Amino acid sequence: MCLAIPTRVIALLPDGQAVVELGGVRKTISVELVDDLTVGDYVIVHVGYALTRLDPEEAEQTLALMREAGIDTAGVAG
Amino acid sequence: MKYVDDFRDGEIARGLAAAIAREVEPGRRYAFMEFCGGHTHAISRYGVTDLLPPAVRMIHGPGCPVCVLPIGRIDQAIQLALDEGVTVCSYGDTLRVPASEGLSMLRARARGADIRMIYSAADALALAQREPERQVVFFAIGFETTTPPTALVIRQAAKLGLKNFSVLCCHVLTPPAITAILDSPEVRDLGIVPLDGFIGPAHVSTVIGTRPYAGFAAEYRKPVVIAGFEPLDVMQAIRMLVRQVNEGRAEVENEFTRAVTEEGNLKAQALMAEVLELRSEFEWRGLGVLPNSALKIRERFADFDAEARFGLRYRPVPDHKSCDCGAILRGVKVPLDCKLFGTVCTPETPMGSCMVSSEGACAAHYTYGRFRDIPVTAA
Amino acid sequence: MKKTYIRPLDLRHGSVDLSHGGGGRAMVQLIGEVFGRAFDNEWLRRGDDGAVLPAPAPGERLVMATDAHVVSPLFFPGGDIGCLCVHGTINDVAVMGARPLYLAASFILEEGFPLAELARIVASMAAAAKAAGVPVVTGDTKVVERGKGDGIFITTTGLGALPAGRELSGANARPGDTVIVSGTLGDHGMAIMARRENLAFESEIRSDTAALHGLVAAALAAVPQTRVLRDPTRGGLAATLNEIAQQSGVGIVLDEAAIPVDPQVAAACEFLGLDPLNIANEGKLVAICPADAADALVAALRAHPLGARAARIGEVIADEHRFVQMKTAFGGRRMVDWLAGEQLPRIC
Repeated sequence: MCLAIPTRVIALLPDGQAVVELGGVRKTISVELVDDLTVGDYVIVHVGYALTRLDPEEAEQTLALMREAGIDTAGVAG
Repeated sequence: MKYVDDFRDGEIARGLAAAIAREVEPGRRYAFMEFCGGHTHAISRYGVTDLLPPAVRMIHGPGCPVCVLPIGRIDQAIQLALDEGVTVCSYGDTLRVPASEGLSMLRARARGADIRMIYSAADALALAQREPERQVVFFAIGFETTTPPTALVIRQAAKLGLKNFSVLCCHVLTPPAITAILDSPEVRDLGIVPLDGFIGPAHVSTVIGTRPYAGFAAEYRKPVVIAGFEPLDVMQAIRMLVRQVNEGRAEVENEFTRAVTEEGNLKAQALMAEVLELRSEFEWRGLGVLPNSALKIRERFADFDAEARFGLRYRPVPDHKSCDCGAILRGVKVPLDCKLFGTVCTPETPMGSCMVSSEGACAAHYTYGRFRDIPVTAA
Repeated sequence: MKKTYIRPLDLRHGSVDLSHGGGGRAMVQLIGEVFGRAFDNEWLRRGDDGAVLPAPAPGERLVMATDAHVVSPLFFPGGDIGCLCVHGTINDVAVMGARPLYLAASFILEEGFPLAELARIVASMAAAAKAAGVPVVTGDTKVVERGKGDGIFITTTGLGALPAGRELSGANARPGDTVIVSGTLGDHGMAIMARRENLAFESEIRSDTAALHGLVAAALAAVPQTRVLRDPTRGGLAATLNEIAQQSGVGIVLDEAAIPVDPQVAAACEFLGLDPLNIANEGKLVAICPADAADALVAALRAHPLGARAARIGEVIADEHRFVQMKTAFGGRRMVDWLAGEQLPRIC
């Protein structure tokens, strides 16, 4: 449920609007639910509204944790 | 696609699959419920099941707002459009849901009802502003994820003093549904459904944070791992749940740290509290009437409450007698156990809630997993 | 006697009215000034009720296909209903293995439809027909009252010649065969959706609408033993492959990682919760051929400008249940089913 996607803010517009981008596709959304955004921030968008920021550092850490699982395997297998 | 493709990487998936297989204790079985349809969808669409050891069983939960929307609510929306001549707007997902008398919102449109598909709550408000001669009702559904935009447009409509805009509010809450499952006799007393933990909601949790799940860990002794909706997130969450079970822990852990914090989106929460309040009870398709499980529009904003404006009364409509959706939603049965599955109940002609949206347990199995039910011989 | 003066149609500001379909002088004028001028050829010039066409070469058979076109919006990135209705019917004839020869076109116009738009659509049709070398040899026009049509509906019918001995059919797929597509999937449907009210997003996605008979000819010249050709239009690749599996009584297993999808189409699908395999194409081929001819077929497709991104995407298997399955790039398996009902953007 609750289809939402991570997008990058590429322009802030008046009236709580912003243009976000994913994979070269741009859409104007509302950012009224998230304060203090700047261009370049990543936000998670649901039904045309940014719900929250996406934290790039946390994303990298999560991916690193996932990759470690594979490295463990290699160690065991080798 | 940054932060999308990264979490769909097949090579990392293989590593995680090996890690899960390694960490599963011999002879032990693990049954986890993914509450959300988003997780169900990811598991089905990416074939996550094929990467899990046989000892891990995933139970598909009720977390799809379209699936749990009772027939009586859709009837209300259709009644507004057909009898009151109102323009009813809703998200694409709701338009196909079967209602009484063989109708759905799409079929009602074929009978002349003015029903519009919208992508965003803002579209409904814009329509009301653009066409002041029409009464526009936004048929608002969804969990906590979808609720803040609804609250926002109600507040905006009040600020604009719109006279032709109202909302049929059918927003529901996640924690009461999880409680209902944990309190069901099959899980609690009879032990028919072994439930070792939950994968907690992704985008709901961006709004409500991780705190509301603490009770499930503490009171019911069930581990909860909040996880993103990408397939790697699901696998990582399963690995974290397996570890909790192995170590005898029952905690709320957060796999989706890139988007979910402990407190959630406070601005969105404040907005919801300003505009909406708890309903004492609400009927869920498949789960029955649950106390304090949904939201209604506050008295202050009654002018924008379609139930008040049009004097709507709720009339419950039972599901088909043979429909096993309730049992499937609680993990007691799987889709194949249901007599109707794949015979009279298909995605084209859904009878029960689990077949209604592509995220329901039955629809996901029908659309993505039917081949698993039969042996397939390779060329 | 005074010479009759007929005021020319106001193609800039005028609009269609009921008299344009009424059988009187206004209708004749519309046909002459808009359709006749654009499609001009020896058959239309005769002004008869039908076109007299030469018989096909000895041994050849005729292939006929028809297609009704309703599209909203009428003009979209990469094309419009005009070129689309020419390409669509040419492609239906071409994927039967036939050489498209002639088109017929019938128009249902709604009262009030701007003549400027009609002229633009007809010009686009004429240009597409000319580029394809397939003339529109006969046609018809009707006008319906305002509110009883959606601007313009166009039905095109195509006639083609099928060489002796050539048998292409969706019923011909055999276990062990290779499944090939001629390029990226979902471009047309997504280009349309990008322009729909409420869904509007900005992208460089363009419809892939194109006449495929040249590509088909190249493919069949290289691999005459090709068994199935289809153009995966409505319902996308998923619908086409399920049709073939049903007709042939086989299963199909796809390799997701090999299926070409434009990155912007993939991203738009994320926004709308859609699957590119369900989205319409108007300039793509699905081909099924024996495995030992697959390399030659892919090479022949890639050598043509319309097949530059051709790829082998799966194989045909024996499966009495006729399922289309896919090995996901993630490492699992799933079914690729028909679309259930109308394709609607999802929020959940």
